[in-house]
Amino acid sequence: MKMRVHSAVRRVVNWGMTGLCLTAVLMALMPLGSILWLVVSKGARSLSISFLTELPAAVGESGGGVGNAIVGTLYLVVLAGLLGLPLGVGAGVYLAERGAGRLGSAVRFTAEVLGSVPSIVVGVVAYGLVVATMHRFSALAGGLALGILMVPTLARATEEMVRLVPHTLREASLALGVPAWRTTLSIVLRTAWGGILNVALLGIARAAGETAPLLFTSLNNQYWNFRPDQPTASLTVQIFNYAISPYEDWQRKAWGSALVLLLLVGLLSLLAHFTRRRSAI
Amino acid sequence: MLLPQTDRRHIGDRVFGIVLPVLGCALLAVALIIFFACAKLALPAIEKLGVLRLLTGSDWNPVEESFGALPFIYGTLVTSLVGIVLALPISVGLALFLTEMAPRQVRVVVAMLVQILAGIPSVVYGLWGLMVLVPLLRSTVEPALGRWLGFLPLFRGPPIGLGYLAAGIILAIMILPTIASVTVEVLRTMPQALREGALALGATPWEAIRLVVLPYARRGIFGAAILGLGRALGETMAVTMVIGNQPEIHASLFSPGYTLPSVIANEFAEATGAVHTGALAALALALFLVSLTLSGAARVLIRSRRLR
Repeated sequence: MKMRVHSAVRRVVNWGMTGLCLTAVLMALMPLGSILWLVVSKGARSLSISFLTELPAAVGESGGGVGNAIVGTLYLVVLAGLLGLPLGVGAGVYLAERGAGRLGSAVRFTAEVLGSVPSIVVGVVAYGLVVATMHRFSALAGGLALGILMVPTLARATEEMVRLVPHTLREASLALGVPAWRTTLSIVLRTAWGGILNVALLGIARAAGETAPLLFTSLNNQYWNFRPDQPTASLTVQIFNYAISPYEDWQRKAWGSALVLLLLVGLLSLLAHFTRRRSAI
Repeated sequence: MLLPQTDRRHIGDRVFGIVLPVLGCALLAVALIIFFACAKLALPAIEKLGVLRLLTGSDWNPVEESFGALPFIYGTLVTSLVGIVLALPISVGLALFLTEMAPRQVRVVVAMLVQILAGIPSVVYGLWGLMVLVPLLRSTVEPALGRWLGFLPLFRGPPIGLGYLAAGIILAIMILPTIASVTVEVLRTMPQALREGALALGATPWEAIRLVVLPYARRGIFGAAILGLGRALGETMAVTMVIGNQPEIHASLFSPGYTLPSVIANEFAEATGAVHTGALAALALALFLVSLTLSGAARVLIRSRRLR
């Protein structure tokens, strides 16, 4: 009798705890549901062709858009990619192919640890390196900040992708007398290409969503800008400015810009997903 | 066969043997550049005020060039702690559900949703916090907490909405994917035989978790929490948008405050003079060093999970 009560209690505790874990899942996903729903439903209301293509309007004026901010964000991530991708991917290839020794471990650990450096700190660095020497805010400074921010994560992820290439492929190539560097370039990297592209696109997507390092590097701009030495608008900074403004119209535009940003980031991630699927590894 | 090794190596191999390590070292250089670029900007403030005054002073007045970061340090610590306290149980529950309980299809879907949660830009969290969470706290949650738990100094004062609590909740949501995914990683490395052994001895699934899985993963989960803490300390935009931005120190979680990243975000672009910029850069340097330490410690803990 006592045994049976005891085991019933244990069963109830088991159910209770399973229920608690399920509750945790629901609590974790509730904000996600709320955020996505509100961004889509509120954002869709301000979405239009003119919103996507026009310059921002002044307070009180109706209409206006975030065209320059969209272009600015793309401009910034291209700059960031030019600066960050070669370094990040290169370091990743080094880690995978030659990173077995002590230097490799040091680089790997640094990449892991740098991966969680606050993005605002990197903004201060870009300010010190570019803005303080050129004496003006510029797209270049913003791109540099985003580029630096990409490198550590990119290096680790690239390493993982390159490591997925089966060792037998390397051995087969080396056995045919192909020198090691050719093996790396035309066998290993070619096989890992889809994976590396995936990693790069994810890095770009992450960079597109950064705000903090842009606040005092690329600053903002009410007009179109295509010069690297001039301040430039970006979607994220625009969302920030609109969101904290007291004007209802601007707050509406914040949701609209947030929808555009999520679509952009989502599109890049989706693209990344497909490159990974199509790749050989 | 008698040729020396170097001559037999292809010229391309020799070039490659130099280029690749240089790229690796460039990553080390990035760490140094971050340090020195911040330090150089910070120097005027450190020379004028001294590190101790910067970190322990509690007045922040750019006009009088008097800079003490205590309110920001306090705000950063309080919001991060609130974030960890809220996020840790939820993410461990989530991780246990994913590894120990859920059927495969559910697991794939939930894991994907958590990834999406991790991918949402910080400024969008801030927008949601400002427009949804803050009004909710002001109208419902804070009055209720004040009524039931008002005997604690933590839950006193007028319900403003903007403040430590709002920032803490936002941080909890943002670091949850990090903690959960690291915990899942740790749980996955546990040998299946240990679980099966517990179940074979008659343990219920929960007992297997409590007696075998959690003790095994303890260090790793601790490491995950520290990693989450590091994320929370440096999180900028979402916190800046909901914390109220008042350089004050309050015991109540309902009060507005300020954090280190927020003050850098708000003041850096308009900083007047080298000392103001320097003081902000010094805070950035402090953030950098603290986050390096935390994330280094976390990595060591997560890796050493097997040696309890």
